[in-house]
Amino acid sequence: MAESSAVVQLDHVTVTYGANRALRDVSAVFRPGAVGLLGPNGAGKSTMLKALLGFVRPDQGTMHVLDLDVAREPLAIRARLGYMPETDAHIPGMNAVSFVAYCGQLAGLPSVDAMQRAHEVLYYVGLGEARYRNVETYSTGMKQRIKLAQALVHDPDLLFLDEPTNGMDPKGRQEMLDLIRDLAHNKNVNLILSSHLLPDVEFTCEHVVVMDKGTVVTQGPIQDLKAPRGQVYELRVKGDEAAFLETLRAAGMECHATDEDVMRVFVPNGQNQRALFALATREGVQVRHLKPSVPTLEDVFAKAIGEE
Amino acid sequence: MPIHDQSYRRYGGHREALGRAWTVIAWAGIRSMIGKRKFLALLIFAWIPFIVRAVQIYIAANFPQASILAPTAETFRQFIEQQGVFVFFVTIYVGAGLIANDRRANALQIYLSKPLMRVEYIAGKLAVLMAFLLLVTWVPGILLLLLQVLFAGSFSFLRANLFLFPALTLASFLQVIVASFTMLALSSLSNSSRYVAILYAGAVFFTEAMFGALTAITGSTAVSWVSFSANLAQVVDVIFRLKPRYDTPVPVSLLVIVALIALSISVLERRVRGVEVVT
Repeated sequence: MAESSAVVQLDHVTVTYGANRALRDVSAVFRPGAVGLLGPNGAGKSTMLKALLGFVRPDQGTMHVLDLDVAREPLAIRARLGYMPETDAHIPGMNAVSFVAYCGQLAGLPSVDAMQRAHEVLYYVGLGEARYRNVETYSTGMKQRIKLAQALVHDPDLLFLDEPTNGMDPKGRQEMLDLIRDLAHNKNVNLILSSHLLPDVEFTCEHVVVMDKGTVVTQGPIQDLKAPRGQVYELRVKGDEAAFLETLRAAGMECHATDEDVMRVFVPNGQNQRALFALATREGVQVRHLKPSVPTLEDVFAKAIGEE
Repeated sequence: MPIHDQSYRRYGGHREALGRAWTVIAWAGIRSMIGKRKFLALLIFAWIPFIVRAVQIYIAANFPQASILAPTAETFRQFIEQQGVFVFFVTIYVGAGLIANDRRANALQIYLSKPLMRVEYIAGKLAVLMAFLLLVTWVPGILLLLLQVLFAGSFSFLRANLFLFPALTLASFLQVIVASFTMLALSSLSNSSRYVAILYAGAVFFTEAMFGALTAITGSTAVSWVSFSANLAQVVDVIFRLKPRYDTPVPVSLLVIVALIALSISVLERRVRGVEVVT
């Protein structure tokens, strides 16, 4: 039985493609609102969405969407769902407004209503002026927008957005994120945003489910996950960095490398920066940079998937 | 505060019952084909034999000296057989891209994320092809029968050949169903409608050539079961109460046709999915 406060719930779901287990005994709860489904490529995010849509049948486990059992009522679920796939997808030979209206009709809207809604959502996603153009002539960014429009046309209660900002330029990406945020926060549409981009999830969602290698490694409200369990420092040292890292880890401190030569060190409760200096002195390395920091979603993500 | 906020609004209107999406797919496909001038030209061309036969029936009914042209049950059988060539071309023109184009554009995941079952998607696509194929077989066939009654001014021919209506219907539908399922299955195998068209034409011609070669070698037409069109011809002969033209037992031909349809359904079941699993 699904939890009434969950829009999506998975219980011990395993999905196998041949010999490859794409989802391994996954249990997760997606609360109402905007939930990020975060993980590196190949983590099983798209497989999870496809299993929820009924595209792939799990080997074991149960799934509930909007309190409906995916195995028993897939059509009733899909009538209330909007899905924006990751890859380019359209109906060939149609202009944008015909395509979106057609999708509305497929979802059960009468033809007149579907056409009216098609015009509205195309304006909403920023394709109002290009709505009579053939979809095949659209740029990558426009194709992303039309995929969102076709997912929205029948006014779903829940949206699955699979990598919605893929291939978009920075301006288009920000506009897409603004749309997603508006849908979740102002239009009361529940959505699951699958992405490997932390800033996208952090900007649009309140909750996150982090996946890695077919399993859910952590889940919960982003603010809770980011809550400090100790102190975080940005640290740069000169000397035998590898040996120093080993020493820090042996002392129970987590260390994550960043893009620059700065490492992020998590000092557990009860200790402070003095412990870092003491360990540096012991290892004979110079501390060149030490700055208090706050945990980010990136830290949560890195910690969850065990990245060094 | 804007006077009118052209933004996203929730929908509170009527929603159709589930299970009707196939009609949406069918109508969209039919409208799309009717919009193509080349296809309309092909359809008009496909009705020329009907006009010729209609003239033949008119002359036979109104000019006693032309009684040699008077239609028989075999005339209608010949008409259905003649339309076979248009069935071939319409099948290729309409059918090749029906699923292949959707596969090329990744449209299957769009379709199947909507509240419709795979069988509805296939039914919608089948309906597009079958509608046009029936338009060049069953519709002109039945119209010819009606014209015969109208031109002759009596029901005597129809009364004497009452089986013609069900025979025309059965033969047309059999021809149309076999062509539609086969083409749809082939269309689901590729992303290229051109490749599918070549594959279909190749399958028809290759099996026909093989039948011809085997007949020449064995000196018997008992191997007609290898030919796509020979099996149909054999069964349609029986439907029109004519002597089967080949030595192959009719149940064998029928079995091959049923097996071909079953194979096509199996291919469609495997290929029409929201996600393609490569293992």
